[in-house]
Amino acid sequence: MRNAFAKEITTLAQQDERIVLLSADIGNRLFDDFKEKCPGRFYNCGVAEANMIGVAAGMALSGLRPVCYTITNFITYRCLEQIRIDLCYHHQPVVVVGTGAGLSYASLGYTHQSCEEMGMLRLLPGLAVVAPADSMEVRAGLRAALQQPGPVYMRIGKKGEPNVHQSLPDFTIGRAISVREGTGACILSAGTMLSVAIQAAELLATRGISAQVASFHTIKPLDVEFLTKVFSKFKAVATVEEHSVLGGLGGAVAEWLSEQTAPQARLLRFGTRDEILHETCEQSSARKIFGLTPEHIAEGIQKLWR
Amino acid sequence: MPPSPNTSNLEQIAREIRGKLIEMSNRAETPHLASALSCVDILVAAYWNVLKIDAKTPQSESRDRFILSKGHAASALYAVLAKRGFFPESLLDTFAQEGSPLAEQPAPACAPGVELATGSLGHGLPVGIGMALAARIRKLDYRVFVTLSDGECNEGSVWEAALFAPAQKLNRLAILIDYNKWQATGRSNEVMALPSLAAKWSAFGWNTMEIDGHDLNALTDAMNRMGEGEKPLAIVANTVKGKGVSFMEDDNNWHYRVPNKEEVAAARRELGLS
Repeated sequence: MRNAFAKEITTLAQQDERIVLLSADIGNRLFDDFKEKCPGRFYNCGVAEANMIGVAAGMALSGLRPVCYTITNFITYRCLEQIRIDLCYHHQPVVVVGTGAGLSYASLGYTHQSCEEMGMLRLLPGLAVVAPADSMEVRAGLRAALQQPGPVYMRIGKKGEPNVHQSLPDFTIGRAISVREGTGACILSAGTMLSVAIQAAELLATRGISAQVASFHTIKPLDVEFLTKVFSKFKAVATVEEHSVLGGLGGAVAEWLSEQTAPQARLLRFGTRDEILHETCEQSSARKIFGLTPEHIAEGIQKLWR
Repeated sequence: MPPSPNTSNLEQIAREIRGKLIEMSNRAETPHLASALSCVDILVAAYWNVLKIDAKTPQSESRDRFILSKGHAASALYAVLAKRGFFPESLLDTFAQEGSPLAEQPAPACAPGVELATGSLGHGLPVGIGMALAARIRKLDYRVFVTLSDGECNEGSVWEAALFAPAQKLNRLAILIDYNKWQATGRSNEVMALPSLAAKWSAFGWNTMEIDGHDLNALTDAMNRMGEGEKPLAIVANTVKGKGVSFMEDDNNWHYRVPNKEEVAAARRELGLS
């Protein structure tokens, strides 16, 4: 996904001279092509993320379209106040991209994991929170983000995530993308869990349960039209994300649901638990620890049919 | 080009602004009066002698940018902007009142001439750097001035920015540190290891000058030295908190105290105002 980001931002910046790329000392060689094709518009801001967000705000206030990029936990937790004041208060069109989101860097320990930041950022007024599912959605999502009048936070994975889309999807911030149709249940996936969600739906199909799957790539603003439809149509709606069940997609949907009258579907939330991962493990093992596997998700949904 | 009245006129303007700030604090019952009085001369020198600005076109792309990063001194910025013609002086009477655009600390685009919402310390310099880089990228020739408080130099983001601006050779950027030796609850030189402040900025790669922050000529000359070589400019302006009113000067109680009517009258008498 990060290669797709680097490629797409290079393409877009060649078309729009206002686009400026800021990184906090990561992406060694990743942006060589950008630097060559867009001279004077790449800034390594050093290991100084708070300053980077402020610098981006100053650029946006002066007519540019900055995109900030570094590892998710550093660009979010450390910079909460800069995002809140410099970007949200001034409603500046800055795209904040966090790479290695969720459990992507599980093996680096809790310092490099981010399973709380969507919940934290979702509280900030006027900030769109977007979690593309694959490389195609990163590219389409970046294009959409750069058209927004205000700030956008985008969490992406690292590299090697499976592509679900074969071509650029029609990507609108705040509009879910249905990738598989079904009649009994619906799985809403945020971020890189989409391929797992599809595998869960395939498992359910072998057990006689037809499940729709959607890339619910925007956590804020919520696609309430889509939610209204699936909660009135299905028996179960599941949210799946590499993020705490508190505050992220599951949290956002639960909040929305609490104000609806007599929805037909039961909500199931799959995400990380409210605990710190102390085991040394790779992303796949970390997902297993938190039950973020096709088997566990299918099992959880299937229970409602018993 | 800004008008260039002689220094004695400017000194009178500074006195009138101080008198206005004291009235504003009394009327709105707002704190931070001493912090505002401290930076009046910095603002007067900048807005009358240095900044290329036109009150009629406050959004002009080529305007010089001035950020008051110590947002708690907002009343000083408002009073200066009003006197410089950006908005009617009568608006100052609404300062910090319900429904007024002039909040206790500046909100985004709250009034013509206000470049940035400030109030949380440590934000102005990074944003100013972004504005200065944007000038370079967009091939505009405006300059950026950021005024910080000494207490603000406690913030880590200030030192991130201090390291970054010289790396980018931002010689169209200047900071003015209102070094009045106090922060909210103590001597700024004791709360943190702030002494040798000018040497610190110098060591970080800035052209650094240390001057009397109440000397309008010295402030003007210092700001006009921007652009010498490739380094950004740091002006450490030695100031007195509560400057201009004997019973407020260097008394940190006036960080939070609000003057009563008698104190307003006494202060205005001292300033030679009726």
